[in-house]
Amino acid sequence: MSDIIKTDALIVGAGPVGIFAVFELGLVDVKAHLVDILDKVGGQCAELYPEKPIYDIPGIPLVTAQGLVDGLMAQIKPFGAQFHLNEMVESLEKIGEPLFRVKTNGGKTFEAKIIIIAAGGGSFQPKRPPIPGIEHYEAKSVHYAVRKMDDFRGKKLLIAGGGDSALDWTLNLASIAGHVTLLHRRAEFRAAPDSVNKMMALVNDKKIDLVLGQASSVEGKDGQIEKVIVKKNDGTAAEIACDAVLPFFGLTMKLGPIANWGLRMNEELIPVDTEAFETDVPGIFAIGDINTYAGKLKLILSGFHEAALMSRKAAHYVYPDKKIVFQYTTSSTSLQKKLGVN
Amino acid sequence: MPKITYIEPNGPSRTVEAEVGSTVMEAALRNNIPGIEAECGGACACATCHVYVDEAWRERVGEPSPMEEDMLDFGFDVRENSRLSCQIKVTDELDGLVVSTPAKQA
Repeated sequence: MSDIIKTDALIVGAGPVGIFAVFELGLVDVKAHLVDILDKVGGQCAELYPEKPIYDIPGIPLVTAQGLVDGLMAQIKPFGAQFHLNEMVESLEKIGEPLFRVKTNGGKTFEAKIIIIAAGGGSFQPKRPPIPGIEHYEAKSVHYAVRKMDDFRGKKLLIAGGGDSALDWTLNLASIAGHVTLLHRRAEFRAAPDSVNKMMALVNDKKIDLVLGQASSVEGKDGQIEKVIVKKNDGTAAEIACDAVLPFFGLTMKLGPIANWGLRMNEELIPVDTEAFETDVPGIFAIGDINTYAGKLKLILSGFHEAALMSRKAAHYVYPDKKIVFQYTTSSTSLQKKLGVN
Repeated sequence: MPKITYIEPNGPSRTVEAEVGSTVMEAALRNNIPGIEAECGGACACATCHVYVDEAWRERVGEPSPMEEDMLDFGFDVRENSRLSCQIKVTDELDGLVVSTPAKQA
């Protein structure tokens, strides 16, 4: 069994609100670990629209989404929070008053006095291509990620998509797989030009096939795919025989395992009080886009406010006997010490 | 105000008024048109506001930008007349526009 990571607070989700929670918790001496399924911090801001402008952060007339994330990361630096990226919190179990045991899909176990769910729209998961019945093959022969390239040695592969993931795996698997067909909707590719050139070279050398079109159905049995029927852009249909399909159609947000944590839910949102943004389970808080209450607005600035109020009550759980004095970062020498500016 | 008609995949349609300068996606959300999810809120960062532009309107609506084409790769059943409705700005010239929603968003 792996070592248990003990922490005051475990923050589920490292988007802007989860990151800012580290700051507010840090001011009241609550230490935090963060878990996020993405391979980078910033949540939707970093994954969906890093270059897009945000105009409604108080005091900052214009900042890009990535710029906001970078600023937040600089802001929380003094608090030494630890990030566990590429991991999704799978289970959460109450083991004390309050104390929670949390397990991730990466095999990590945490024990945290409080939990802060800042999971936004849920966890980012690979988008399932719109092919009827494809879910029946997912366990066996349709894969949304490559864990071990050797699994595909000698196999006939159909890789679908036009972005970096699709192209990178096409290039990497071309020499390992028995045969690779790359399927894309159009002749232009989102992927890095260098990858596109390398891929076209493989096509010209007849090392791989490139098919322009969209998959319309799949055939196979018992989870083992046998062929994919493709509607080509010239209007004709084609059958591509394959042992495995690797679709790379980006990510979508799914609520994921949060629904199984025993919390009261309202559709896909978590109802909270507006005093501390606490759920119906004492010690579990929900802030940012994932929560709901009368008047809720899904704004980053609302999430920041929620993080500040949450941290007061969170501190009471972590330090039940300590009186928490309200202070300003502008004037409090003790807060400034924590921030490393005094 | 310009009027826009949204046709659902199984037939029913609704016509709503859309403010000039807003987007076809925003008009859909404001009027609870089913089938347009707009997960990213209009940042051209997902493909969940995908619509098919009626053939009679394709020329006036225009072609998707390269960035929008990239996003359409993520769409469901993308066709020649596919657009992301968050990228279609409502103008007086588009009064009467007809779009259909796909059987599902991505």
